[in-house]
Amino acid sequence: MPTLVSDRKKSAARAGRPLPELIFGDLWEFDPAPETADPKLKARYNLFIDGQFVAPKSGKHFDSINPANEQKLAEIALGGPGDVDAAYQAAHKAFASWSQLPGRDRAKYLFRIARLLQDRAREFAVAETLDGGKPIKESRDFDVPMAAAHFFYHAGWADKTEYVAPGRRVAPLGVVGQVIPWNFPLLMLAWKLAPALAMGNCVVIKPAETTSITALKLAEILQDAGLPPGVVNIVTGAGETGAAVMAHPLAAKIAFTGSTEVGKIIMRSLAGSDKKMTMELGGKAANIIFEDAPIDQAVEGIINGIFFNQGHVCCAGSRLLIHEPVAEKVIGKLRHRLRVLRVGDPMDKNTDVGAINSKDQLEKIEELVAAGVKEGAELYQAPCRLPPKGFYFRPTLLTGVTMSHRVAREEIFGPVLSILTFRTVEEAVEKANNTPYGLSAGVWTDKGSRILKLSTELKAGVVWANTYNKFDPASPFGGYKESGFGREGGRQGLLDYAKIV
Amino acid sequence: MSTRLPITKTPKVYIGGAFIRSESGRTYPIADAAGTFYANIPQCTRKDLRNAVEAAAKAGPGWAKRTAYNRGQILYRLGEMVEARRLEMAGAIAAGGSSAAAAAKEVAAAIDRLIYYAGWADKYEQVLGSVNPVASPHFNFTVTEPMGIVGVLAPAEAPLLGLLSLLIPAITSGNTVVALASESRPYPAILLGEMLATSDLPGGVVNLLTGLRKELLPTFATHTHLRALSAVAGADERRQLALGAAESVKRTHFLKAEEKYDWFADTAQSLYAIRDFLEFKTTWHPIGA
Repeated sequence: MPTLVSDRKKSAARAGRPLPELIFGDLWEFDPAPETADPKLKARYNLFIDGQFVAPKSGKHFDSINPANEQKLAEIALGGPGDVDAAYQAAHKAFASWSQLPGRDRAKYLFRIARLLQDRAREFAVAETLDGGKPIKESRDFDVPMAAAHFFYHAGWADKTEYVAPGRRVAPLGVVGQVIPWNFPLLMLAWKLAPALAMGNCVVIKPAETTSITALKLAEILQDAGLPPGVVNIVTGAGETGAAVMAHPLAAKIAFTGSTEVGKIIMRSLAGSDKKMTMELGGKAANIIFEDAPIDQAVEGIINGIFFNQGHVCCAGSRLLIHEPVAEKVIGKLRHRLRVLRVGDPMDKNTDVGAINSKDQLEKIEELVAAGVKEGAELYQAPCRLPPKGFYFRPTLLTGVTMSHRVAREEIFGPVLSILTFRTVEEAVEKANNTPYGLSAGVWTDKGSRILKLSTELKAGVVWANTYNKFDPASPFGGYKESGFGREGGRQGLLDYAKIV
Repeated sequence: MSTRLPITKTPKVYIGGAFIRSESGRTYPIADAAGTFYANIPQCTRKDLRNAVEAAAKAGPGWAKRTAYNRGQILYRLGEMVEARRLEMAGAIAAGGSSAAAAAKEVAAAIDRLIYYAGWADKYEQVLGSVNPVASPHFNFTVTEPMGIVGVLAPAEAPLLGLLSLLIPAITSGNTVVALASESRPYPAILLGEMLATSDLPGGVVNLLTGLRKELLPTFATHTHLRALSAVAGADERRQLALGAAESVKRTHFLKAEEKYDWFADTAQSLYAIRDFLEFKTTWHPIGA
C-alpha cells in the first residue's frame, strides 16, 4: 500500500491546504526497458581523410569508453599534426571543385546525408547514448532527428545563397577548421558541417575525444552519399589535435564550440592571423520565474532547463531566479519533481538523467558543488539509487545561493541548479545580466508585455519565454559577451560561413 | 589698412558632450602642408580613454532606446551640420595635405555617407532580422541589438571620411563609440566634434580622442567595456588588438592598413558595416491558449 504523508486528509482540505501527496517510495520497481537496437560499432575507428578511413601517422589509438559502465566501446585514432595537415591538404584540393559545384548539387548531397541519417536514426541514437551517456530518449528524440533536420534545412540554402546577404554577393571562405564538444556530439557536427558545406566550404573537423564515434559513423554516411573526397575530413584526438586544427595555415576560418576558457586560448593563438572566427562558448543562463507564471508548467521547464542532457548544455538554465512571493512554493515543487526523476542507465527508455560524460567532468561537478555548500548554499539531492559502475551525479538543487557564490558565477555543466530569489523586475534583470556570459535566458510569466520587456533587456542571444531548451535549424543560436560571437542556424548563421564580395 | 590678426582656435577633443583638453595637459604640434605650425593637438592618455568609455557607457542605454526613426533624423541632422560648414571642413582637410579638390570631394562623400546611414536606421532591422519557421508550436523571431561601446581606430589618411565610415554604421544601430582620430591628421576630427555637438546627437554617443596611437592602442585592446573594435590597423596592431580582445571575447573588425582602401568606393558603405556591430537575439514563445 502506498502510504500517505499525512492522514489528516480531511482537515487539510478544510483548511484550504493542498492534499497530502502520495509517496510510493520503492514499493513498485520500474521494469527495465532497455533499448536493444544494434549500434553497429567497429572495434577500431580510423581518421576520415580525403574520403577514406586512414590510420593515424602515429599508429596510436585511444579507447572510447561508455561512461555509463566504464566499458570500452571502440578504439579511436589519435591524430597528430601530420594527419591534420593531410586533412587540410585534402580539403584544400577538394575546395576548387566543391566551391564551383552548382548550388543545387551541393544541396542534393546535403539532402542525401539528411535522408541517410534518418534511415539509420536508431542505430545512431544507440551509438550516441553508449558513447556519451545521455538518455536514449534524448538521443532518439532530439539529437539524431535534430541533426538530420540541420542537414535538411541547410541543404535548401545551397542554391539560394544570393538571399543570405541581400544587396551583395557572397562567396565561400575556403577550408574551415572546426572543433566541437562532447555534449551533443552528432548534433554539433551537423551544426558545423551543414552551413559550411551549403555555402561551398570544405571542412576539417575534430570531434571531442570522449565522443568521436558518431562523427566517424557519419563519415560512413558521407561515403554512402557519394560526397566528393576531401570535402569533409574528420580528425580525432585530444586537445593537441584540436590545436593543430585551429592553427593550420590553410584554415580560412575557425569555428569552435566549447568552454569560454578554451575559446579565449584559441582567440589568443589566432591573434594576428586574420582568420575569420566564430565562437560558441559557455553560459550561465538565468531562468526567471515570476509569481504570475503558470507554476506547474514553469517547474517542468526549469527541470528540463537544467537536467536535460545531465546539464551538459551550454545554454542550460543553471541559475534559477525565483520571484520571492512564490519562492517557497516553487522550491517545494522542484524538490518533489526531483524525487521522481529517473536517474541511471542511459540505455533504459525510462531514464530521465543519464551518465556524466566523463570522470573528469564528474570531478569538476563534485568540486563546484562542494564549493557551493562551503560558501553557504543549502544542498538538496534526489534520493535515488545510482548504478554501481559508471559516472553519475544526483540531480541537485542549491538554495540560498547569492550572486557572489562560485555556483552562481561559474559554469558547472552538470545537473546542478543554483537558486536565487528577487523582488522586482529590475532586480531580476540586474541579477540575470550580472555575469560575463550571455548565451541564453528564460522568462516565465503570464504577462505578455513583461516577456517583451525582459526579452529586450536580457543580454543573451536566445531568450525562451514560457519554454526552455528549444532548438531548431531555422532559429539562430549564439551568445552575447563572453558566450562567444557568431550565430548557428537560420539565415543569420549562414553568413558566418561566407564572405561578402 | 592693416590685415587683421586672426584668432586661432585651441583644439579640444569632444568627450561626453564636452570639449576638453587631455587630463594630462599634454599636446603635440601639427603642421600644415607647407610645414608651418598649425595647432597643438591634445595628446590624450589612457585615462582620457577610460573617461571616454565611461561617458559612452552612460549615453549608451538612452541612445539604444531612441526610436530608429529618431536616430535616423539625428544622423541626417549631423549631415546638415557638416554640409553647412563644408568649406571650413574642406579647409581643415586641405591644411593636412590634401589638394583643395580632394578635400572638397572627401567632405562631399562624408556627408553623403551620413545621409546613406541615416536612411538605414529604420530599415536594417527589417532586412537583417527574421521570423523563423521552427518545427514546433512556437513563435520564434530574431531581432538585432547594438553591441554596446565600440572602439574605433581611424585610418591615417582620409581623416574625415575614413573616421566617419567606421563610426557612423556603429552608432546607426544604437552603439556608442570611442574613436581615436588619425594621429598625423587629427584636425578634421576636432572640427567634427563641434558639428556633433550641434547635431542633436546626445553627448557621449560619439567620443573623439586625439593622440598617439601606440600609447592608446593597448587600452583599446584590453578595456573590457569596449565590446567591439573597428579598426584600420597594421599587422602588428591587429595582433595586439586581437590578443587584448581575447581576454573578454571582444568582437573585432579590421581593415588592413597595409592595403590601399578606397573610401570612395560603393562598397565602402554597406548594410553589412551596420551588421558587423550587431548582436542577434532570438526569442521563443509558445503558441497556444
